[in-house]
Amino acid sequence: MAMVLRRGISRGLVAATRSLSTSFEVEKSTREGKPINLFSAINQALHIALETDPRAYVFGEDVGFGGVFRCTTGLADRFGRNRVFNTPLCEQGIAGFAIGLAAMGNRAIAEIQFADYIYPAFDQIVNEAAKFRYRSGNEFNCGGLTIRSPYGAVGHGGHYHSQSPEAFFCHVPGLKVVIPRSPLQAKGLLLSSIRDPNPVVFFEPKWLYRLSVEEVPEQDYMLPLSEAEVIRQGSDITLVGWGAQISVLEQACDAAAKDGISCELIDLRTLIPWDKDTVEASVKKTGRLIVSHEAPVTGGFGAEISSSIAERCFLRLEAPVARVCGLDTPFPLVYEPFYMPTKNKILHAIKETVSY
Amino acid sequence: MALICHARSTAARHFMRGLYASNVIGRRNSPPIPFSSGGSERCFGSARAGESVSPQYDDCRNQVLDFPGGKVAFIPEMRFLSESTGERISCYRVLDDNGQTISGSSFKEVTREVAVKMYRDMITLQVMDTIFYEAQRQGRISFFLTSTGEEAINIASAAALSNEDVVFPQYREPGVLLWRGFTLQEFANQCFGNKSDYGKGRQMPIHYGSRKYNYFTISSPIATQLPQAVGAAYSLKMDRKEACAVTYFGDGGTSEGDFHAALNFAAVTESPVIFFCRNNGWAISTPTEEQFRSDGVVIRGQAYGIRSIRVDGNDALAVYSAVHLAREMAISEARPILIEALTYRVGHHSTSDDSTKYRPADEINHWRTERDPISRYRKWIERNGWWCDDVESEFRSSVRKELLQAIQVAERAQKPPLKELFTDVYDVVPSNLREQEQVLYQTVDKYPGDYPSDVPI
Repeated sequence: MAMVLRRGISRGLVAATRSLSTSFEVEKSTREGKPINLFSAINQALHIALETDPRAYVFGEDVGFGGVFRCTTGLADRFGRNRVFNTPLCEQGIAGFAIGLAAMGNRAIAEIQFADYIYPAFDQIVNEAAKFRYRSGNEFNCGGLTIRSPYGAVGHGGHYHSQSPEAFFCHVPGLKVVIPRSPLQAKGLLLSSIRDPNPVVFFEPKWLYRLSVEEVPEQDYMLPLSEAEVIRQGSDITLVGWGAQISVLEQACDAAAKDGISCELIDLRTLIPWDKDTVEASVKKTGRLIVSHEAPVTGGFGAEISSSIAERCFLRLEAPVARVCGLDTPFPLVYEPFYMPTKNKILHAIKETVSY
Repeated sequence: MALICHARSTAARHFMRGLYASNVIGRRNSPPIPFSSGGSERCFGSARAGESVSPQYDDCRNQVLDFPGGKVAFIPEMRFLSESTGERISCYRVLDDNGQTISGSSFKEVTREVAVKMYRDMITLQVMDTIFYEAQRQGRISFFLTSTGEEAINIASAAALSNEDVVFPQYREPGVLLWRGFTLQEFANQCFGNKSDYGKGRQMPIHYGSRKYNYFTISSPIATQLPQAVGAAYSLKMDRKEACAVTYFGDGGTSEGDFHAALNFAAVTESPVIFFCRNNGWAISTPTEEQFRSDGVVIRGQAYGIRSIRVDGNDALAVYSAVHLAREMAISEARPILIEALTYRVGHHSTSDDSTKYRPADEINHWRTERDPISRYRKWIERNGWWCDDVESEFRSSVRKELLQAIQVAERAQKPPLKELFTDVYDVVPSNLREQEQVLYQTVDKYPGDYPSDVPI
């Protein structure tokens, strides 16, 4: 893990430099950035969100003392208990309250403590938040709503502290779904999500809260939504992922490079509405595609990407689109290493696809 | 936290010993817990043996536990709370069945102007219900849902509010919107889903909404609007507005999780919101005795720490007065209030329902005639000399004429253009939708017969 960590740091720098090419602000500040972990980056973004908009609120279960993952540390002390507060333990209440708050022109930044517990809020998110603007003909909207939630495997989370429920929300017109891969990305994407005039579900890779460290500009900056990022250029095969899976994909890319296979790696960043064009352009170049995510393979968002790319790139594909994903089981505790889309599962799929 | 104090009676001593033995960890090999028999008081805490319990958390001599939320008295009797209050919670009423104010009743004075507008709007609502219902039966609109029997709730509650108060309706409260100035033409436009419908023809009839009148667009799911009203109320409080949020729902809605979530959030966040329950006895075909076993809805307020009142929902003055005071308390004291209005859904649930299949016609007729809120209120304003037969018939016929005209206009108006199918999903149309829009236009060009001709392409 230490190796991965070190690699993560250097990769973060590269990623930061690359994002500079699109944003002068970030480039300038990156030089002044300090290495911080992902939860601190989220914390910085929340500080900035509250500071720059007096109508911003942060709330959820246990956020008052700093949150179980420390993402909201110091916020209540600085901005007061009226703007940063604990809620009762009730996800549908959190989501419903947040929608009403947002509908009055506020930025409602709600935390669902684990993505595994977001389902009681599903009705509020799917039937209410997502349709609020459409059903009223734009008389009303709850665009100030952002729901943050830690998702994904963590090594010991079992059924209910490990899930990746992003695909459920990707099936809902009116929502945006955003998942960052690193501290720098997390801060910029979270600020964009908070300020986006649409409801956003923002899943944070909890495995990376402490593990992922990179230099993050201290100042206010935003990264664009619905724009994928090509993290690594390559010519033989395209790999697409998001969130914590990106670091696993990077390891697979490194391993494949030793075998002389050149991988192009894309971080989707926003899952809906997603950046089809960037993926399409890459696959037209490489002729091959692997999508990888932790969520179960059947009905996962990888299926949507696979299908869309088959439609757009059929004649350019040299091999079937492959998916390396979680198994179609509940997330298992002891069997987690078997369930996960690991580096070698991806490496194997890369080799199979390249030699198809 | 669990502190066990000295018990006096033998029975209680055994009971407590049982509790103690099962609760305390790390004492498996300890001797039985000694209980002193006489005057000296002793405490046993869940703290480890030898650790003294700070007196600030416990006062054994007073048999009181200082517990979050306040002091709790210890008693030696094993006393379960009863499942009911015995007598049912009483119901606030101002007008008796004959429309006379009950002597000694306290109520908020209504000016002649407001009183007459209340009556006129109740009549208008009644005419709307009749004519739109018929329009649905004639196949001119796809669906409708009446407020028959609940006119007093609709209009009197609206009259007691300010237009700055934000409303999160269920769907049987169009009278609130009517009171605020929504025109018959605007109602008709929505029901016909034409280009002037603010909802752009996207929702079924009766799903009204108006930013101008602070009336959040109706959605069909039950009780989802309740926690939203709390969030909106919290915003009003933070902005120091002289306004509250008001949300309406039925007896069935109180079984939803959102009801619990909303009341609990409202109490904890001290949000100025009025929860207005129209307990009309029926959730489609499910009667309240199959919905809950509590004494209706009002009783639940106390459990959440919410001030509550039960009112006669067919008594316009009682509804008006209760909402008026509820609003004042909600805003000035930053607190939620729960109102349960007892009433009856005289109409079917909707045009897709025939309620005679599950409830006796006698029952419906009884409420339609003897308990009708409009005629009761009319007796009162007539007695005040503010209304008479002549004005009534003239007014009814003018409303009828205006509504028929509005329906004709709404029916003839164009539908919203096809491009509106793709707008408002997000603030701007994303590329996937633009792509789908282009494909759809091509398909419509190719197979025009497959699509309704009244939607402009």
